[in-house]
Amino acid sequence: MVPLSYYVMLSAVLFIIGVTGVLIRRNIIIILLSIELMLNATNINFVAFSHYLHAITGQVIVFFTLTVAAAEVAIGLAIIIALYRKKASLNVEEINRLKW
Amino acid sequence: MVMLTDALIPLLPFAAFVIIGLFELSGRGLRDRAHWIAVPAVLGSLIFSFAAFGSVLSGGPRGLTFFTWAVSGTFQASIGIHTDALTAVMLLLVTIVSSAVQIYTIGYMHGDRGYARFFAYMSLFTFSMLMLVMANNLLQLYVFWEAVGFCSYLLIAHWYERPSAAAAASKAFIVNRVGDFGFSLGIFLIFTLVGSLDYAKVFAELPKHVGETISVAGVEIGVVTLIALLLFTGAMGKSAQFPLHVWLPDAMEGPTPISALIHAATMVTAGVFMIARLIPIFNLSPAAMGVVAAVGACTALFAATIALTQNDIKRIVAYSTVSQLGYMVMACGLGASVAGIFHLLTHGAFKALLFLCCGSVIHALSGEQDLRKMGGLKSHLPVTYWTFYIGALALAGIPPLAGFFSKDEILFRAFVSGGAGIFFWGVGVVTAFLTAFYIFRLIYTVFHGPSRVEPNAMKHLHESPAVITVPLIVLAFLSVTVGWAGLPIHGFNGIEAVLGPVLSPEEHTESSSALLVPLMLVSVVVALAGWMTARYFYLTRPELPKRLAEQVPALYRLSLNKWYVDELYDRLIVRLTVRVANGLWREVDVRMIDGAVNGVGWTALAWARMMRRIQTGQLQHYALLMALGALVMLTVYLLR
Amino acid sequence: MSPFLTWLERSILHTRKRVGDHLMTQLLFFYFAGVIIVTAIYVIASRNPIYSALSLLVMFFHVAGLYVLLNAEFIAAIQVIVYAGAILVLYLFVVMLLNLRQEERYHRHFALGIFLGLVIFVEIVLAFAQTKFSGTQGDFTAAKLKELGDTQAIGQTMYTTYLFPFEVASLILLVAMVGAIVLAKKGIIEK
Repeated sequence: MVPLSYYVMLSAVLFIIGVTGVLIRRNIIIILLSIELMLNATNINFVAFSHYLHAITGQVIVFFTLTVAAAEVAIGLAIIIALYRKKASLNVEEINRLKW
Repeated sequence: MVMLTDALIPLLPFAAFVIIGLFELSGRGLRDRAHWIAVPAVLGSLIFSFAAFGSVLSGGPRGLTFFTWAVSGTFQASIGIHTDALTAVMLLLVTIVSSAVQIYTIGYMHGDRGYARFFAYMSLFTFSMLMLVMANNLLQLYVFWEAVGFCSYLLIAHWYERPSAAAAASKAFIVNRVGDFGFSLGIFLIFTLVGSLDYAKVFAELPKHVGETISVAGVEIGVVTLIALLLFTGAMGKSAQFPLHVWLPDAMEGPTPISALIHAATMVTAGVFMIARLIPIFNLSPAAMGVVAAVGACTALFAATIALTQNDIKRIVAYSTVSQLGYMVMACGLGASVAGIFHLLTHGAFKALLFLCCGSVIHALSGEQDLRKMGGLKSHLPVTYWTFYIGALALAGIPPLAGFFSKDEILFRAFVSGGAGIFFWGVGVVTAFLTAFYIFRLIYTVFHGPSRVEPNAMKHLHESPAVITVPLIVLAFLSVTVGWAGLPIHGFNGIEAVLGPVLSPEEHTESSSALLVPLMLVSVVVALAGWMTARYFYLTRPELPKRLAEQVPALYRLSLNKWYVDELYDRLIVRLTVRVANGLWREVDVRMIDGAVNGVGWTALAWARMMRRIQTGQLQHYALLMALGALVMLTVYLLR
Repeated sequence: MSPFLTWLERSILHTRKRVGDHLMTQLLFFYFAGVIIVTAIYVIASRNPIYSALSLLVMFFHVAGLYVLLNAEFIAAIQVIVYAGAILVLYLFVVMLLNLRQEERYHRHFALGIFLGLVIFVEIVLAFAQTKFSGTQGDFTAAKLKELGDTQAIGQTMYTTYLFPFEVASLILLVAMVGAIVLAKKGIIEK
């Protein structure tokens, strides 16, 4: 039996990797991919808890999370395309018009 | 029913003020029609005042409280009216003179730009004065005391574009304030001792504190004496007693109607009225009474000496007012407050008459006020001349006109009270001589002799219209008849009967005494002497005054320059105060307060300028901050 | 073909009997976990965005495997279909469409980001050390799940208790569709 804490630790590590990815990369596509990492981490967490607490609620939540992630990716990529048309660059540092 | 008409007496002029004021504010001012609102209102008050007088004579005093104004702990202040004999006669005085002056104003101020404003303020003043007179507690008295001072300020500066008028109004208000400061201290002291400011309670409780003393700057002084003296400083300010008299002559900058209304018959008499109203307090302190009498006597003589040499006819009459107020104050100080109020009433009639006559002359000469540029106006201004003559006779104290009876009553009481009273009688007699002299100087210089009028003024010279002359005639009639109320007919003295119960309830007043007739004769002789001397100096041998002035130039200059009191005040007080005020303004107001307020604004801006750098627009900076926030929260959670 | 499969099945069962189910589960877990972490790090560290996307793909498969270990085969299937089949494909489309060059990889605040990540990780570990993982036990035990089948179990719960969120989720998808079209189509906003 793999203890629950192993799964939670795995999800934590994955989440941190995702956060770090958001903070350190310049390419906006990679940032979005890191966000997917974070989402997957939380999914693992939910499913693990669902298994160990003998409840099915965790998996239902994962179902919804998946849906939202898909929607979010669609919109995010649409925004990137619109931005790219304006600037022809995917460097996050150059997208800084909303400032003081 | 009776109460209602009592309440209407002050409320009608107030309503007139509000109505005219609202019209002015709305932009569609009443302009020339303002008197249709104001005059009926004050005439209504007049009618109700007669009714009140009648019912007080038969029924006795009564009171009515309008509403409770302020409650604070055990202190309660209410606004109400209290009508007794003293109040009733004052009501008559105020409403009669007010009505006459307002009708006079219709003609005098015709065509003036601020016509409606003038009537509005006059109505407000009448309201304030009536409420002051009808007050039943010290707080209301004080409030309307200030209100009449304020109205006086507004009215003196009626032609506010003139810097001299504005300055005179400020001077009047400020000097009044000095007196009012003492007055308020007196009220505070009364409150700490008695705990209430209602007349009835104060009169009942204060005698219990007679023996107590209070320490003022290390000096022990009787508490009741201190109260009386402080209250008297208020009267000094309002009634222009020396040394707070300096505002009254300058107040002549205002239009003549208000000189007649405010600075002759009503506002300045508020001080004397206050002393009479609060006479139970003054009676508790013989020392204070002595001070009051002394100040009154000094003022009477002092002002009369100045009036001898003035060249502006209004100033002469103004100093005459100061002098006569001195008589009234002296009378109150000698315990003869009935006589003081009697003189107040007669003086109201003939002094208002004199001022209005001056106004008529000024109006006829298109604004000329210097008597060196007048003369020989008798034939041109007959009605004015005769009414002026009557007023002068009344002022000088020639029987059977009003002034004689009241002035003689005061002098009689002074002599009869013995001791220092004789000294005061002497001062009064000398002043009476000077009074007759200066007023007939005025008559002879203005109306008799060769004409020194300037050609421009001569062209427009005409007798004043009826709206002006009719009030003159009415007041002249009163100047003749009012004095007869004090006639000792069959041992019954009218004024004594009316006011005695109010002002001196315990005294057994004797109006008949062996000295009555001799003293009366002395008064008459002195008045006639003054008249004849003036006639000699200014009619028979007109070159004499100048020769006399050249022989005693120092005295002449002292009198002409008002004994340099204004200059003294300027050197000692005014310049220093102005320097201090300027300094405070520069340092405290501009540097500290404005600096602090602006500093707060500047700090906010500077901080904002710093803090908005956080909004870099960089996505990852925001993400960093979020991660940082999460870190902080985690740390706090862990450390719990 | 079938003799081979029967042999495979028999040898797996034999191994399982030999080594025990628990050991099998543990081994599989560590394999999946290890690959997940390695590929995740490759995602965030790779220079080429296409390589990042592809390693993400590998990660998705292994996450699906993890789900199977946890008796959630429906979720595993969905994971592969949606994430690997749809989302990743979208990413690849966009990356190829935009024809990116390989530019500078890391942000100015690279060190700070790494540092923050490490610190947060340490704190999470510390937080774990203090926590007891427990909760109310539901009634979907592993046996029941195996009997019902994961799909049926999820269906039973979702269409009864969680019906409203289900509808809302479909609305979200609708909004996403409309939004994506509006944002990405040329000229639609100007009109």
